[in-house]
Amino acid sequence: MIGWIGFAILAWFAGMLVNSWLARDPGVQWRRLAAPIVFGATMIAAWEGIVRGFDISEVLLPAPSVIAATFAASLDILWVDFVQTVIKGALSGYLIGCGAAFLIAVAIDRYPFLQRGLLPVGNFVAALPIIGMAPILVMWFGFDWQSKAAVVVVMVFFPMLVNTVQGLQDTGAMQRDLMRTYAASYWQTLFKLRLPAAMPFIFNGLKIGTTLALIGAIVAEFFGSPVKGMGFRISTSVGQLALDLVWAEIVVAAIAGSTFYGVMALIEKSVTFWHPSQRT
Amino acid sequence: MRAAVLPILTVVGIIFVLWYAAAVWLNAPWAYDKATRSGADMHFTALVEDTWSQEKPKLPAPHQVGAELWKTTVEKKITSKRSLIYHSWITLSATLLGFLLGTGLGVLLAIGIVFNRTMDMSVMPWVIASQTIPILAIAPMIIVVLNAVGISGLLPKAMISMYLSFFPVVVGMVKGLRSPDQMQLDQMRTWHASASQTFWKLRLPASMPYFFTSLKIGMAASLVGAIVGELPTGAVAGLGARLLAGSYYGQTIQIWSALIMAAALAAAMVGLIGAVQRVTLKRMGMA
Repeated sequence: MIGWIGFAILAWFAGMLVNSWLARDPGVQWRRLAAPIVFGATMIAAWEGIVRGFDISEVLLPAPSVIAATFAASLDILWVDFVQTVIKGALSGYLIGCGAAFLIAVAIDRYPFLQRGLLPVGNFVAALPIIGMAPILVMWFGFDWQSKAAVVVVMVFFPMLVNTVQGLQDTGAMQRDLMRTYAASYWQTLFKLRLPAAMPFIFNGLKIGTTLALIGAIVAEFFGSPVKGMGFRISTSVGQLALDLVWAEIVVAAIAGSTFYGVMALIEKSVTFWHPSQRT
Repeated sequence: MRAAVLPILTVVGIIFVLWYAAAVWLNAPWAYDKATRSGADMHFTALVEDTWSQEKPKLPAPHQVGAELWKTTVEKKITSKRSLIYHSWITLSATLLGFLLGTGLGVLLAIGIVFNRTMDMSVMPWVIASQTIPILAIAPMIIVVLNAVGISGLLPKAMISMYLSFFPVVVGMVKGLRSPDQMQLDQMRTWHASASQTFWKLRLPASMPYFFTSLKIGMAASLVGAIVGELPTGAVAGLGARLLAGSYYGQTIQIWSALIMAAALAAAMVGLIGAVQRVTLKRMGMA
């Protein structure tokens, strides 16, 4: 028992020592990468040591090793939940919501009057607790993934809309005049100048949307779902005090969230390679 | 600003028209069903009238929600359990407590990150990565675990709010405290300013615009946290509880009025921060 507490303290100081050595020369690439990894490993080791050392009940906080064991043992459940929530709910809603917001933004862009009204309203709505729409949408579209997709559509719609509208305004008068001297049509100007110029903004909206999509899909399941899905599993397992399974689902959610974000960031890098923020 | 009033009103007007039209469209099946059972004929005017005044409509019309809001805020006593103000206060108090805790912790961590390179290199990547994780998913667990330890009531909800408002503040403050450029920092050095003087006289004032922007994001996030935090406790009190109870019993008007109330709270809080921001920045000569 004392041994485990000692282990936690030792791990903590060892990790800090390694990291302050790593931080001495921040210009080196591998040191920048290693520092957060060492910190993460230190945290997990300290967590393990404290849980075992103080004999904390598994109902309160399971040790990382227990979570890992549960994760490995219930891969089939986790996969079913992942497909239900992430693939069916979040991803389809994300595609529909971002696609619709993009098209509407392009349509509205032709009417400066509407556009001036829409930006403040859109910004306002983007700050509202939209997640509260979840019970209404569950009522409209039933318990299955369609209602989760609908929640995701509503959640990602406004950030995407506001960003796209802002992005389409991001061309200078000089650049548009140049297109006019080329006798470019509206569509040519849109595709050759304004959409490429809007890409950094559009990807900002897409990246904000990734996290919102997962949150929407998971929280919507708290309001009713079939007997699968990450939100369903989290709320029922909490009820059964099976916290190791809850943590396993959270690990899945974290991996899915950062992968989703990472993929969007990679696409952004290849599309907006010309933008100052992408140059190193 | 004045020039934007008319376009905004137009957009809001369009939203209302769409809302009324959608109410007719979504509630029509139920109205037709009722009409065929009673053998009555359904004109268009009768249909519209019925769809805008149903007891449990699929989509209540705006004036129904307005009436419900009026009834539950003005006509009910504040102490009554059916008063929306009572429920709003419960949610708001958790939101504010969590917001204050989250902001305080966030600012402290940001200062640590700016002044300590070890912390910067090891903690900052995790703070950024954590933004991509659906943190809200752990809300039910926090509630139940804290309940098991014997902490219940306001604090568990505030913990979730704290957690959600914490990250935007850290990210914004680190950016803000780093915003003075090399020239300004060099100027401080030529004056032989100590680290704490540089912090109080240069870095902290320079970070204020970033600070207020992240406060707005944090406030919106912590209200969402408080509402979601009310779900797993079994719908006792608060706006989240009203949402859940409404969805159990099909009380759509109640859901919509709770939703509008939450929206009004968010707008009021963010607007308040915006007002403080304008006054502060003006007095500091930054806006």
